[in-house]
Amino acid sequence: MKREAVLSRRQILARVALGGAALGLAGCDRLSNSTQTRSVLDAAETLTRTVQRALLAPRDALAPEYGPADISPSFKPNGSVDPDDPDYVQARDERFINWKLDIGGLVDRPMQLSLAELGQMPARTQTTRHDCVEGWSCIGKWKGALLGQLLTAAGLKPSAGYIAFYCADTLEQTLDGTGKYYETIDLIDAFHPQTILAYEMNDKPLPVANGAPLRLRVERQLGYKMAKYVMRLEAIESFDKLGRGRGGFWEDRGYEWYAGI
Amino acid sequence: MSSASEASVNVAPAVPRGRMIYRHTLLVRVTHWINAICLAVLLMSGLQIFNAHPALYRGNRSEFDKPLLAMTAQQDGGGSVTKGVTTILGESFTTTGVLGASRDESGQLSERGFPGWITIPSYQDLATGRRWHFFFAWLLVLNGAVYVANLFVRRHLKDFLPSGRELRSIPESIWEHLRLHFPKGDAALHYNVLQKLAYLSVIVALLILVLTGLTMSPGIDAAFPWLVSLFGGRQSARTIHFIIAFYLVGFVVVHIVMVLISGFLNNMISMVTGRYAIEEDRHEA
Repeated sequence: MKREAVLSRRQILARVALGGAALGLAGCDRLSNSTQTRSVLDAAETLTRTVQRALLAPRDALAPEYGPADISPSFKPNGSVDPDDPDYVQARDERFINWKLDIGGLVDRPMQLSLAELGQMPARTQTTRHDCVEGWSCIGKWKGALLGQLLTAAGLKPSAGYIAFYCADTLEQTLDGTGKYYETIDLIDAFHPQTILAYEMNDKPLPVANGAPLRLRVERQLGYKMAKYVMRLEAIESFDKLGRGRGGFWEDRGYEWYAGI
Repeated sequence: MSSASEASVNVAPAVPRGRMIYRHTLLVRVTHWINAICLAVLLMSGLQIFNAHPALYRGNRSEFDKPLLAMTAQQDGGGSVTKGVTTILGESFTTTGVLGASRDESGQLSERGFPGWITIPSYQDLATGRRWHFFFAWLLVLNGAVYVANLFVRRHLKDFLPSGRELRSIPESIWEHLRLHFPKGDAALHYNVLQKLAYLSVIVALLILVLTGLTMSPGIDAAFPWLVSLFGGRQSARTIHFIIAFYLVGFVVVHIVMVLISGFLNNMISMVTGRYAIEEDRHEA
C-alpha cells in the first residue's frame, strides 16, 4: 500500500514536472509574442544603453585595434552580398564613377560627394574587430572619411538628433517598401573618432560583397549597425517615421536599436 | 543563528525530524529561487543565441574552417536534412535529432544547433532570444549583487572557505558521499568541504560567466579593453561563456540529485521556510 502511494506520488510529481516544463516552454513562446512581455523585456535595452553610455561617453573610449597579423584571411560578408537593385547595378557597372554620396536633412549645406571627393576628406585607417549579432567575429583594416568631419562640413542644425543611412540594397521583398536596408545612429556615435564611412578594406577598394562603394563603421556596436552600400545620409530629429519606426532594417525586425551588446 | 527547538515529529519517514535549526535567511532563500529562474531562462535563451551560429572558436576572430566545436546538418541531393553532425576539436559525431539537426514543429528534420525543446523561444528567433537573455542577465547580476553583498556584510563568506584540515579531508569526504553517508548532528550545522567547494565554485563560475558575457559586447570592450586580453580574445570569451554555462548545468544536476537523496522534503522546506532538521548522529548519542 505504502509503496504504491510513494510511487504514485512520484509519478504525479514527474507528470507535474513534465507538464510544467511543457507549459513553461509553450508559455515562453506565447509570452515572447505578447507585446506586454516585449515591453518589459525591452527595459533591459534601455538599462544596457544607459549603463554603457555612462561607462563610455565621458571617455570617448576607442574600440580595440589590432595588428596586420590579426586580419581575417577572408572577411565574411553577411546580409546583402550582391544587390540587384537596378540603380545599384548601374552604378556598380560604371565602377562608381558617376556615383555620389548625398548628405542632406537637417544640415545648413547639403552636399554631394564623389568617391574622389570623399577621399580628399579627413580620413582614418583602423584595424578593428567586426562582431556579428550571430556570434562570429572577423578582423579587417578599414580606411574611410571621418563621419564627424563630414557632418561638421555640412553644418549640422541644432535640431538634428540622429543620422540616418539609406542603402542601395533590398534585403527583404516587401509590398510597402520597408525591405530596403537603412540604419540610424545618434550623434554620440556619429562623432566618435572611429566612426568612418569606409571606402577601403584591407588596403583595396571596398569589395561589393562588403558594401562597395561605401559602408559605415561604428566600431563600438554590432555588425548590423554598420550599413553597407550607403547611398545617402540624412540628419534627422527622430527615426519614428522611417521604415517601421524602430530605427533600422533589423531593428524593425526585433533587434535592439542600441547594439553595443 | 541556530534557534534549536526539539521537534519530535513521528509521521512518514520522508518528513523531516530531529533538531530544527534556522539555516537560510529570507534573503538567501529569495535570491536562491530568483537565481534558479534566471539560470533556467539564461541557459535556454543562451542556446537560442548560440543556435544563430552554432560554432565556437579560439582567439579574437572566427577561423570558420577551424572551429573548436561546430554543429552542422548534412543534406541529401534534394536539399532535405538527413543528418546532424557535431564536431569537437576535429572529431565528428553523428548527433541527429539532438544536435545539428532536430525535428521542428511539423516533425521535419531541420538544421538547428540545439533542439527547440531547450531554447527560448522554441523556434529560431535570435532577436527574441537576445531580449530574454539580456533582461534575465540584468536580473541575475542585480540578484547576485544583493547575495554577495549580504555574504560580506554578514560575514558569511567564511561559510564557503574550507580550512586546511578540511581540504586534507577531501578524499574521506568523497568516500562518505559515495556511500551516501551524509553529515549528521553537529557536523550538519555547517557545510562540509565538498559543499563549500561546490558552492564557492558556483560563485566564481557566475562571476566568470558575467565577465565573459560582457566581453562579447563591443561597447564594453571599448570601455574595458583588458577584458578582451584577460579571456584571450572575444571568440575565446564566447567559448568560455559556453563551457561555464555547461559547468553550471552539471552543478545543477548534481545539486538536484543531492537534494533528492539527502532528504528531499527537509531540503526543500529549508530553502522555502529556512528551517532545517538536523538528524542526530547515533554514534554521538
